[in-house]
Amino acid sequence: LVGGGAMSGGTRLENANPVIFQRSGERQLTASEEDDDVHDPIDDREIFDILSINDPEHPLSLEELNVVEQVRVKVDDAGSTVGVEFTPTIPHCSMATLIGLSIKVKLLRSLPDRFKIDVHITPGTHASEDAVNKQLADKERVAAALENSSLLEVVNQCLSTRSV
Amino acid sequence: MKESLSLVQRLSAHPDSRCWFVSWSPNGTLLASCGGDKAIRIWGKEGESWVCKSVLQDGHQRTVRKVAWSPCGNYLASASFDATTCIWKKKSDEFESLTVLEGHENEVKCVAWAPSGNLLATCSRDKSVWVWEVDEEDEYECVTVVNSHTQDVKHVVWHPTQELLASASYDNNICVYKEEDDDWECRATLTGHTSTVWSLSFDATGQKLASCSDDRTVKIWRECPAESGQDVSWKCVCTLSGYHSRTVYDVAWCHLTGALATACGDDAVRVFKEDETADPEQPVFSLAAHMAKAHSQDVNCVAWNPKEAGLLASCSDDGDIAIWRFQEED
Repeated sequence: LVGGGAMSGGTRLENANPVIFQRSGERQLTASEEDDDVHDPIDDREIFDILSINDPEHPLSLEELNVVEQVRVKVDDAGSTVGVEFTPTIPHCSMATLIGLSIKVKLLRSLPDRFKIDVHITPGTHASEDAVNKQLADKERVAAALENSSLLEVVNQCLSTRSV
Repeated sequence: MKESLSLVQRLSAHPDSRCWFVSWSPNGTLLASCGGDKAIRIWGKEGESWVCKSVLQDGHQRTVRKVAWSPCGNYLASASFDATTCIWKKKSDEFESLTVLEGHENEVKCVAWAPSGNLLATCSRDKSVWVWEVDEEDEYECVTVVNSHTQDVKHVVWHPTQELLASASYDNNICVYKEEDDDWECRATLTGHTSTVWSLSFDATGQKLASCSDDRTVKIWRECPAESGQDVSWKCVCTLSGYHSRTVYDVAWCHLTGALATACGDDAVRVFKEDETADPEQPVFSLAAHMAKAHSQDVNCVAWNPKEAGLLASCSDDGDIAIWRFQEED
């Protein structure tokens, strides 16, 4: 799924000086969310919080690089769908598929099985947008990629929680 | 009269993994399933219920994507992400691994037997379609490698009576192959789908071919008299759009009743029937049954029993097989 070379050695960074964005504050819990008797559907902010994923080449989260933003997360709990658009830091980023795959895997692992998860590149932000979107939407190729132990290791590295 | 789908039985076939595909034996008494747990299970009827008769393990190192019975019912072929195809021989109730077909560079996506049982086709993410010849000594030899697709090949299917092969690909196209001077050549490329073509199914006569796609449509293709030269020509004569809300992963044409079933990423199983009064050059299909939430996750495969009219099997990412009865309600 991902071309060779990703994460191998890290001799040259593709985007050496990324713009760093302010992280959003801690989520404020409402009274009804703390009440176990109230049905509490999954909302956009919860999905966004799940996506505290590390960038493959920088010691930064996808949020700090503005790759993921809460406004580009759309969840419909009743309809069991989650859509996430992510924005590569540069239009030729070779990590785009890996980042999208990490987002997809994180959501697959975190959400109940009933959810349909669609991960796309923010329209107009990547040179190979259609090709990357098609790969990420092909569950057979995603399944095959995740049986590749070295690729799975890279994805898990992106998904591992880093102490900030 | 109104048609309906009713559940006969639900089986937890590949727990904790996907069930990718199911295939009926030619006499309709056995159902083979395969999945992400690398196993193949054989299901048969005991009394009124379907039970697991055998489990074929250790044949593959990775996901088993599809399985296919030989026309005689004595062999089962399994296509795996481990880049191999296994041939299993049936001995009473047991299956033994007979041979392993190697050669594809990466994941094998599909395997299919020709109606004669002497030829086998496989396809792979390596963009190629291979045709294998089987001799009397159960020896398999690759006779052709065809590279007509530009991307991952998802599915191969043989014509029900002729030695004509069709393949579907991630490149959005369908290719139709025929043998010419000991070589298999792509004789027609069917273009029209706007995304990955996931599966194909011929009708009983082999004159029509149904295809399903990530573009959420099903297309019906019809063999036409060639316009120039002697090449085969297929035209899209009908597009079923607006029925499926996500990717259509599989399509199956019942050779007994003519009903067309689809497996969809929106968890539903649908059955379409052809309007018999319509012009065969412009066929019309209508939705005869829609089972929303047929499974709790994507439906990956639908398969009509070849002997018992209206008996349909489906399988899903939820790991289950469901067996349905499609019939007219009084």
